[in-house]
Amino acid sequence: MIQYIIRRFLYAIPLLFGVNVLTFVLFFIVNSPDDMARMQLGQKHVTEQAVENWKKQRGYDLPLLWNEQQRGFDKVKQTIFFQKSINLFTFEFGISDSGRNIGADIKQRMWPSLAIALPSLLVGLLVNITVALMMVLFRNSYLEFSSIVLCVILMSISSLFYIIGGQFVIGKLLKLVPISGYDDGLAAIKFLILPVIISVVAGIGSSARWYRTLFLEEVNKDYVRTARAKGLTETQTLFKHVLQNALIPILTGVVVVLPLLFMGSLILESFFSIPGLGSYTIDAINRQDFAIVRSMVFLGSVLYIVGLLLTDISYTIVDPRVRLS
Amino acid sequence: MIVLWTDGLLFLLVLMIVSLGFYLRGKEHLQRPLAKIKSSRAGMVALVVLFFFVIIGLMDSIHFKLANDKTNEVISLLDYWATPIREQQEKSYSAPFSAYLYSKELIRSEDGVQRWTYSRLKYGGRHLINPETEKTQDIAKKAALGFVKGAALFGFVFFLLWGLRKQQNKVLLPNKTSKAVWLTTFVMVSGSYTLIDLSTWYHVLGTDKVGEDVFYQTVKSIRTGLVIGTLTTLIMLPLAIVFGILAGFFRGWVDDVIQYIYTTLNSIPSVLLIAASILMVQVYMANNEDQFTNLVVRADMRLFFLCLILGVTSWTGLCRLLRAETMKLREMEYVQAAQALGVRRRIILIRHILPNVMHIVLISVVLDFSSLVLAEAVLSYINIGVDPTTYSWGNMINGARLEMAREPIVWWSLLASFLFMFSLVLAANIFADTVRDAFDPRRANND
Repeated sequence: MIQYIIRRFLYAIPLLFGVNVLTFVLFFIVNSPDDMARMQLGQKHVTEQAVENWKKQRGYDLPLLWNEQQRGFDKVKQTIFFQKSINLFTFEFGISDSGRNIGADIKQRMWPSLAIALPSLLVGLLVNITVALMMVLFRNSYLEFSSIVLCVILMSISSLFYIIGGQFVIGKLLKLVPISGYDDGLAAIKFLILPVIISVVAGIGSSARWYRTLFLEEVNKDYVRTARAKGLTETQTLFKHVLQNALIPILTGVVVVLPLLFMGSLILESFFSIPGLGSYTIDAINRQDFAIVRSMVFLGSVLYIVGLLLTDISYTIVDPRVRLS
Repeated sequence: MIVLWTDGLLFLLVLMIVSLGFYLRGKEHLQRPLAKIKSSRAGMVALVVLFFFVIIGLMDSIHFKLANDKTNEVISLLDYWATPIREQQEKSYSAPFSAYLYSKELIRSEDGVQRWTYSRLKYGGRHLINPETEKTQDIAKKAALGFVKGAALFGFVFFLLWGLRKQQNKVLLPNKTSKAVWLTTFVMVSGSYTLIDLSTWYHVLGTDKVGEDVFYQTVKSIRTGLVIGTLTTLIMLPLAIVFGILAGFFRGWVDDVIQYIYTTLNSIPSVLLIAASILMVQVYMANNEDQFTNLVVRADMRLFFLCLILGVTSWTGLCRLLRAETMKLREMEYVQAAQALGVRRRIILIRHILPNVMHIVLISVVLDFSSLVLAEAVLSYINIGVDPTTYSWGNMINGARLEMAREPIVWWSLLASFLFMFSLVLAANIFADTVRDAFDPRRANND
């Protein structure tokens, strides 16, 4: 077990390195730092001096991969690749293009993101499983048919409309909760209710349908028939046997996204002006702040790889049949 | 005639689908799933709706410059037909079917008195003398006329076909499904005729901030949605099929390398990868302005890049499915037999493996379509989607969102994009379900 986990850890290193090289190519080779400087400073009439200054301030004036002017190990060290990409491995995100410390920003903005993403995930899971179980319990009835139709309809609506509609009806017409904003501590709850509800409703369509197929696959298996033959009622078999076994794929699917919850949701946060990492990313994209986008790409991949690792481990815990090889 | 990148690829795709259809015609093993699709009422109705969208999208993909036009503007066939709507531009917002502007302004009447009131629209309902009393009646009359026109056209074609079928002693409407299909066609044809007729006299779905007809905008957006939904799959399919089959078939180091590539790509959150790539495309375009002089060409290039990037980020899912399926197939008896008989590996891959994973490809293509259309709206909202000058539902929502705070609320842009996007995605979802039920062997014995 320990050996397996260590091996998975070691596999994560080449993956992260690959991500690093990819972002490096994307950000520095496709367009040179000169191009970025011109873009930031405005297109025309930029003097060479201004471009040089801009690069110097942000440390983009080094060579890309190999510094001839330095000696010894510094030949590799004093380069953009080492300074900007390798340093990410130690979670030193450096300074954003507008001069703020990215690491401090991330630490501060992580919590609002989590405050919205975690309740959405938990409530969503509960609601979706309940709905799916109900559909399976009433299978082959009009109730099931109409709820499938409803699911397909819910699936076909863009998440933007859920947000706009929710804000309009609950926030503006009924005035139950504030339309947008955020506050520290417990006062944040009234700002969080609406986004959580909206993200749960937006997810019901596809998730409940998917869970339903998982449950239906289990329902037709032999052990369920045996359970019924023993004289258990339909609800007993469903909750006792079907639910437990169908939960395995559901839970492992959830484990992958657990670490990514820190990244927050891009559109929800920006619609509700919640100061989380999602809106941070969007702001960076709109301001074309390359340093922040690069850091977020790296952070996202790290979290995803952690998620993969957790999935592997959780498989071995919930399903004893899976032997580690 | 001007062929933009996405136009060319879109027509290439149509050509490929048509030739594939000819190639597969009469193939025995496809009869059962096709018959199943044909007998599904919801699936066929969805297909008719999709077909309508595709026709509009294809009409919007034939671009040319008008010969006697001085503005040097590239327009499409759809633009050409919609010239009256395109050119009837108002001053600013106006509600659907309204004859007045949305907001009050200062008007000087003939006797020199200035008044603060709603002024009449330049085009919408200009034929009315007194809109308050005449409008409802006029709309009903114009709508009925358009409906009759559409119904007449439909009736003509319908009875022609009916007569032809009758001569051969066949029935045109043998079952409920074909009745539903014809009914849908009837509703679509006469409905669009009604809308087209009305839109020359009124702004059916109002006008937007700069006074452009919202109905025209939302119809133009259909092409953007279709391009994103289809071209992306065109780009991702070769990657997914080649890598997936190779990884599953050869195992060993090939498998390791391919797995490494797709895990790496997968581990970057796709929105961020798309954002980073689009930022880079923007920088590139800003620094090479001379290559993108024409506004239409520039917007089209960005649309194409978006499809490219979406394709690169989305092939991993299908690749993994294909890899697993190929691993299962290579242990099958017929593949083993082929290997034992000394059939070359290339031939095994093409003749024995590829056709047997095609149902997975088909299912995932139709399933992905709707999610790509939805993704476009979200991406455009974050400003990393299509060019701001391109008509798209995402851009329409983005523009309308800022007007939510107005009183009374400007709702028609949202409604228009919602209606069209919803019907396209719903039709695509229903059709995808039908295709999956028909082609997935695991669901084959459920009926």
